[in-house]
Amino acid sequence: MTNNATPYAIELRDISKRFGAVQANKDICLQVEAGTIHGIIGENGAGKSTLMSIIYGFYEADTGYIEVDSKRVDIRTSQDAIDSGIGMVHQHFMLVENFTVLENVVLGAEGGALLKQGMDAARVELQRLAQEYSLDIDVDAIVEELPVGLQQRVEILKALYRGARILILDEPTGVLTPQEADHLFRILKALKEQGVTVLLITHKLREILASTDNVSVMRQGEMVAHRETAKTDKEELAELMVGKKVRLQVSKEVAAPTETVLSAKNLCFVDGQGVERLKNVSLDLRAGEIVGIAGVSGNGQSELLNVLSGITPMTSGEIQFGDTLINAKAPKNAAQMRDLKMAHVPEDRHKMGLVTGFEAYEAAVLGYHNSDAYNGKVLMNRKVMVDECSRRMAGWDVRPPNPHLKTANFSGGNQQKIVIAREVEQNPDVLLIGQPTRGVDIGAIENIHEQIVKLCVAGKAILLVSVELDEIMALSDRIIVMFDGAIVGELDIKDADERTLGLMMANAYNEELSEQALQEGESA
Amino acid sequence: MFETLILMLDATLRVSTPLILAALAGLYAERSGIVDIGLEGKILGSAFAAAAGAAVYGSAWIGLCFGILASVGLAMIHGFACITHRGDHIVSGVAINTVVAGLTVTLGLDWFSMGGQTPALSGDARFTDITLPFADALASVPVIGQIYSNLLSGHNILVYLAFAMVPVTYWVIYKTRFGLRLRAVGENPQAVDTAGISVAFIRYRALIICGILCGIAGAYLSTAHNAGFLKDMSAGKGYMALAALIFGKWRPVPVLLACLLFGFLDAVAVRLQGVELPGIGEVPVQAIEVLPYVLTVLLLAGFIGKAVGPKAVGRPYVKERE
Repeated sequence: MTNNATPYAIELRDISKRFGAVQANKDICLQVEAGTIHGIIGENGAGKSTLMSIIYGFYEADTGYIEVDSKRVDIRTSQDAIDSGIGMVHQHFMLVENFTVLENVVLGAEGGALLKQGMDAARVELQRLAQEYSLDIDVDAIVEELPVGLQQRVEILKALYRGARILILDEPTGVLTPQEADHLFRILKALKEQGVTVLLITHKLREILASTDNVSVMRQGEMVAHRETAKTDKEELAELMVGKKVRLQVSKEVAAPTETVLSAKNLCFVDGQGVERLKNVSLDLRAGEIVGIAGVSGNGQSELLNVLSGITPMTSGEIQFGDTLINAKAPKNAAQMRDLKMAHVPEDRHKMGLVTGFEAYEAAVLGYHNSDAYNGKVLMNRKVMVDECSRRMAGWDVRPPNPHLKTANFSGGNQQKIVIAREVEQNPDVLLIGQPTRGVDIGAIENIHEQIVKLCVAGKAILLVSVELDEIMALSDRIIVMFDGAIVGELDIKDADERTLGLMMANAYNEELSEQALQEGESA
Repeated sequence: MFETLILMLDATLRVSTPLILAALAGLYAERSGIVDIGLEGKILGSAFAAAAGAAVYGSAWIGLCFGILASVGLAMIHGFACITHRGDHIVSGVAINTVVAGLTVTLGLDWFSMGGQTPALSGDARFTDITLPFADALASVPVIGQIYSNLLSGHNILVYLAFAMVPVTYWVIYKTRFGLRLRAVGENPQAVDTAGISVAFIRYRALIICGILCGIAGAYLSTAHNAGFLKDMSAGKGYMALAALIFGKWRPVPVLLACLLFGFLDAVAVRLQGVELPGIGEVPVQAIEVLPYVLTVLLLAGFIGKAVGPKAVGRPYVKERE
């Protein structure tokens, strides 16, 4: 796979790390060739982030050591890592949001007790870096006012400014539009040409195949395989990640939607800060179809789910749901919406979907706990609840099938199954489902997708919100794109492709169209 | 009328001094992410230590040193609880206030047997008023001369120090490396940690500065503004300072203005005691004394709107696992 003449930029030897009972990393060995892009892929919880935190000095390994440029280094703090030429772009940016770009870049590398001199020097240096790697940015902009793509650029600049020769990126594309992600990969290629070694951590197979030279696969805290990217493919990597064969495609028939069940008109929502989060959102949900909401997270999708499900009252607009008209004057709360047969799988299962301290059978009745089925005259009927939970666990393949296990102790995928089963088994007319597979392992994703499709075939109306474009495209019959609280486009699945959706998500589609028209006009 | 105004402004400066010092102390602590409701306790502890030190050694300066030591000590206890052991900032602060309120009186009784007070201070044991150069000569010049000699001149050194600390704090916070890190650690400690800087060390240093400033505020109360320690003599100044800090949105100059406003209200209250107001008659003393507090509440409720403090304030910093 590698030849001995190639110098390694970084080498890990038998790294192990344990958190209490959890073995997060076990005897990890890794060799990264200098000047390459090396991907590390694995499911959520496979130990990728822990490993990177160890390299970056955030955690100390229990055993094992790290070599940088064939020299053993002792990395105990982030400062040690920085001194060894390691830079990191964290999944959640490590930026001070109300600081300027310049202040963020110099933080920790101010070059003296007074700021002025260091800031002036940094300004010059940033200009040089910006030119060399085409990383243009306004250094005096306040970070929180920048789009996420640019915030990420600040993180990269921060690392380069500190002289990083090895750059680690942890799930860098999670918050980016496809176009922003492409741009990022172009930047990474440019960095590689300048001799920077890049370590790319991700759970997205496509990114690995598109941009890396080598790839290492992690599963359950262990490094299970190393491959040259050119000599592997999606199926093999997926199998290595999961440990068994997986199907990556959902089989889905073309939908045959019937009558409209829910019709929302001009929904607006202004939050407590006076910010308009939803702007005149209108949409119809028909029985027997899946409508996907695409968009970069934070563009009003969460607020739409909350308003539709009755969690937050709308500011104006109306929802016609079956025979019921809901508007700002006649609002319905979440419990009333449930009674009207609307089920909701919230985006964040930990905050809104579950009480993680509850046992599984308790979590499995949340929201329906007042139903007659679960209650005796005075007390709740525990036996019914436990039996039902057991039955569902069998049907949905929840592991371990123990109704008395604390919800917190299930894996993400199994927690999600508990939530989805709870909502679906009430036989709703409309199912709102947010980020159904966030933090869910590949095996469970397959299962969850199948169940969603089954519901649709059974004639339910489903609204799917997801930041995973692949998921939206695999499941939806119609795709609605949201940007800045408004619907900016709607496509039938047969007209949808990633490029168009990506442009819509960045609200650049219409501009592009008019530009094209302009060019065509000129050439004519 | 003009002379009355000068007198009231003069009183404003005197009353504002401990507020300014304490509010700036709070500014350092809170900008670093530590909620400091224990300003009150630190002022009181320092007031006692300063008065006791000055009484025993006969020097206001030695008293000041004792006051600062006591206050920094209390700040370090707060730091140990909140930073090292990630305790709740409010609980720790309230504990300090309660302990100090009792301890000062108890120690005072034991050491001086004067009902919890310290001996009255005089001469070198107190900070005396300084007359600025040419103040006497200029006193007769209308307006400017009066302002100079009656308002600006004739305060003790700690008053001038308090006002000087405002631009100094501004400079430290916005122009130095320490200030940049201090602001960053109160907003996003993880960003600071990943930049290779110790979060705990910055917060401890911020608390040391906080302790020093509270120490000066306490010493001012017992060895400059008054001549000795009285039970509970801080009388809520720490809380007022905290209100001024929020009112001034954690920025040095607005905080100064807030302190001056509160001080002015206090001065007005004193001035109005026993005065017959046309149409109302004599206002009860209590009603006047409550004025600054009521106005504080009204101002806080009505005017500051969104006072968004440092984002990470009050939250213990824990390196999160995954």
